[in-house]
Amino acid sequence: MPEREVSLELVSITKRFGQVVANNKVSMKLYKGEILSLLGENGSGKTTLMNMISGIYFPDEGHIKIDGQEVVIRSPLDAFKHKIGMIHQHFKLIDVFTAAQNIILGNKGEKYQIKKINEKVREIASRYGFDIDPKKKVFDMSVSEKQTVEIIKALYRGANILILDEPTAVLTPQETEKLFSVIRKMKADGKSIIIITHKLNEVLAISDRVAILRKGEYIGDVETKNADIPLLTEMMVGEKVELNIHREEPKKTKERLRVTHLSIKDINGIQKIKDVSFSAYSGEILGIAGIAGAGQKELLEAIAGLQHYEKGSVIYIDPKTEKEENLKEKNPRQIREMGVRLSFVPEDRLGMGLVGNMNLVDNVLLRSYEKGRSPFLDKHNPKELTNKIVEELQIATESVNVPVRTLSGGNVQKVLVGREIAASPKLLMTAYPVRGLDINSSYLIYDLLNKQKEKGTAVIFVGEDLDVLIALCDRIMVLSSGECTGIVDARSIKKEELGMLMVKSNDDLKNTAPHVLVDGLLNQNNEETEAGYEY
Amino acid sequence: MNTKTETKKAHNPFVRIVKRERLPFRVRIWFYVIAIFFGLLVTSTLVILSSSKDKNYMDFFAAMFSGAFGSERRFWIFVQDFSLLLGVSIALLPVFKMRFWNLGGNGQILIGAMVATIVMFYWGGKMPDPVLWILMFILASNAAAVWAVIPAIFRVFFKTNESLFTLMLNYIAMVLVKFLISFWYPTGSGAMKTIEVGGLPSLGEGKMGIALMCFTVVTIITVAVIIHLVYSKRGYEIAVIGESEKTAKYIGINVKWRTILTAFMSGAICGVVGVLLSGLINHTVSTTMDANMGFTGIMVDWLSRFDPSAIAPVAFLITLLNKGIGQVNTEFGFASQATNSVITGLIYFFVISVTFYTRYKVRFRSDIEEKMKKVTTPITNFFKRIFSRKKKEEVK
Repeated sequence: MPEREVSLELVSITKRFGQVVANNKVSMKLYKGEILSLLGENGSGKTTLMNMISGIYFPDEGHIKIDGQEVVIRSPLDAFKHKIGMIHQHFKLIDVFTAAQNIILGNKGEKYQIKKINEKVREIASRYGFDIDPKKKVFDMSVSEKQTVEIIKALYRGANILILDEPTAVLTPQETEKLFSVIRKMKADGKSIIIITHKLNEVLAISDRVAILRKGEYIGDVETKNADIPLLTEMMVGEKVELNIHREEPKKTKERLRVTHLSIKDINGIQKIKDVSFSAYSGEILGIAGIAGAGQKELLEAIAGLQHYEKGSVIYIDPKTEKEENLKEKNPRQIREMGVRLSFVPEDRLGMGLVGNMNLVDNVLLRSYEKGRSPFLDKHNPKELTNKIVEELQIATESVNVPVRTLSGGNVQKVLVGREIAASPKLLMTAYPVRGLDINSSYLIYDLLNKQKEKGTAVIFVGEDLDVLIALCDRIMVLSSGECTGIVDARSIKKEELGMLMVKSNDDLKNTAPHVLVDGLLNQNNEETEAGYEY
Repeated sequence: MNTKTETKKAHNPFVRIVKRERLPFRVRIWFYVIAIFFGLLVTSTLVILSSSKDKNYMDFFAAMFSGAFGSERRFWIFVQDFSLLLGVSIALLPVFKMRFWNLGGNGQILIGAMVATIVMFYWGGKMPDPVLWILMFILASNAAAVWAVIPAIFRVFFKTNESLFTLMLNYIAMVLVKFLISFWYPTGSGAMKTIEVGGLPSLGEGKMGIALMCFTVVTIITVAVIIHLVYSKRGYEIAVIGESEKTAKYIGINVKWRTILTAFMSGAICGVVGVLLSGLINHTVSTTMDANMGFTGIMVDWLSRFDPSAIAPVAFLITLLNKGIGQVNTEFGFASQATNSVITGLIYFFVISVTFYTRYKVRFRSDIEEKMKKVTTPITNFFKRIFSRKKKEEVK
């Protein structure tokens, strides 16, 4: 291979956060005109490392070289000066500004002549094959459009090194393909690109070279053409991992939950769930797919008694008595007191499912503290239960008396799932249960869900990784802007077909409007902007 | 290699602030002890320099001590004030635990005191004293509780901010007391005469009896509140609500109801302190009777980081400080009460700012740190040797 020009070099970079070593003496190179995938599990230090290149953090030790010159990057402004652009996982755009206004934001020394800027933005867009209207306001944009704005923002400032932090996490398969073609064009233009990701097939599809981080250490790099999934997983995890999800045929299925014509409006009167009907059966895993914010959260919370709804009904069918219980207008405690064995693993683990500052026992206690007539707490039984959960799920913790938040993401999730399963549910709802988990923990969770299915529990699994949904579930319901666009057989559906359903609308007249609707709602931080929509 | 290290130095910032690992309890206590020491050192120097009288450091610390323990009378006043402050702090603790910022302690105390005075004024001597006392406690604590429940209701149903609401109610309480006094004494100077009948019983003679009575009542309340918070199901609910309202709703706690009830409890205990103030200590009511304990109590709770076991020691130290500084003020010949506040403020400043150092480390550039080590290592070694010797002796 001919000697390539090095565009960016990291020399022995170390960053610590208190005790935690986020990056330990990481040295790596990025060549000109190359797409490098930075691969690693959550918490392996990928984002921290990139944040140091883009000026958000400053390394504790080591230094950064650009084009062979040592540079100091103290702030994002310094990073721009060295033509480094980073596209963060969470977009940093101003909602009420147009694309072009966002793009020139913070660009000192340039006259604010919006016409010229619009022109330039269009020019960049056409060069790389983006599809964007510079005059469109951000709150009208879909996620992928917002991402486009972020990328153009970096290009506009003349970035030669682009860092994309998990760019595909929020995209449908179709949008991902489009993004990849843009990235390839940028590469052809001589730019160097780093993509942070943990999706292995994407790594193989897009990159030239893969660099792997594990627990803050640089493990090594491989040319993509010499790499395959098992090899990359092994480098990422440090050991061989069995990547098969075992799926049995559902046995003795019986209707356990029946949702009919459910419609949910949020406080601002925005329709989150629109006339959704489905049933969940015992001994089966029902997947729910959809773009983030398509109503998954509201749907589950409505079933769990946390979300108010006007229309529709949620019926739980008791497995023993076959009695139908209407869960409408009941809060979680009332639902429990009715004898409904419903467990819910919410998306927001530390904010909703658990209390971060409380220890493991107190968190396990959450579900059972009301038991008994005594006004005082019984901590003895929960302590035994906690020890059992810790042992069975192999939760890595020094004791059951440490605050849950000090545990790693995977272990936090194990505590939550363990507690919910310990209540021996007949209906188990999980929202993104493997988000942020390492591979081993993810497969442990899949395994737990499968065991519940075997026991005859009706399992509802809201997921984002379509490959996993297809491999794990028996049926998949697709939500698109709060509408159910199909309930499909997971064994025969293709990923692309799911992707189509995720953006489809049932109502042809509103072909474009719901798209706007979903994506606008994604932006939960900016509730004010939602008033801008008309229905 | 050589060039590398050189360039590294050039880009290295002079100081970096690095997050610390959680320090053990013992070490943190030492941080605070050192902070108090430096706080006292600086304030005493200032006081000595600005005093018109010829005084030295010994006088300062002697005055500090004698302010609290200088005579029997001062000691009992100290016990009484400590008890009252503890009572207010413990009243505010449950609501603070659930992140309901009750800044209305002053108002709630005043309302309690006012209602107790009304009971004494109208029914004193007209019914058996024990009945009167019970009536006093019930009416006053309920009235004060209402003062706390109003903002709570507004918070849970209308999402209003309780800090401002409780704060403003303080002023309404003050105006109500003023109104009451001028209603009773339309031509008076705005002060109220003491009521001779219907006062609460004390446990002994004079100041001692009053102090012991305060101490007993507050101790009972304190123990009850701590048991409630630490061991009861409701206390657990309070802790969950404080940490995460979302989690509380997720497991089905009735957040609204619990918030209102806890606010009721908080107000009621403040009301009891008010009863002690008017029914036992002063036999009257005035707009300044709360002595700002509603705010000092907040200080106590924050400094003890809402840890029930730390409340009493912190309340003790703060009362000690207040009494001591008061004495310094008179002995060193300062006419203005403002000096009092300045001195206490300075000491608080030291104590609060040391919290930063318990959480973060300041690290100098590596080469400077090495130079500093040359100076500090002998010192730390010296201390280490002393401490290790002590330990050996203990073992023997």
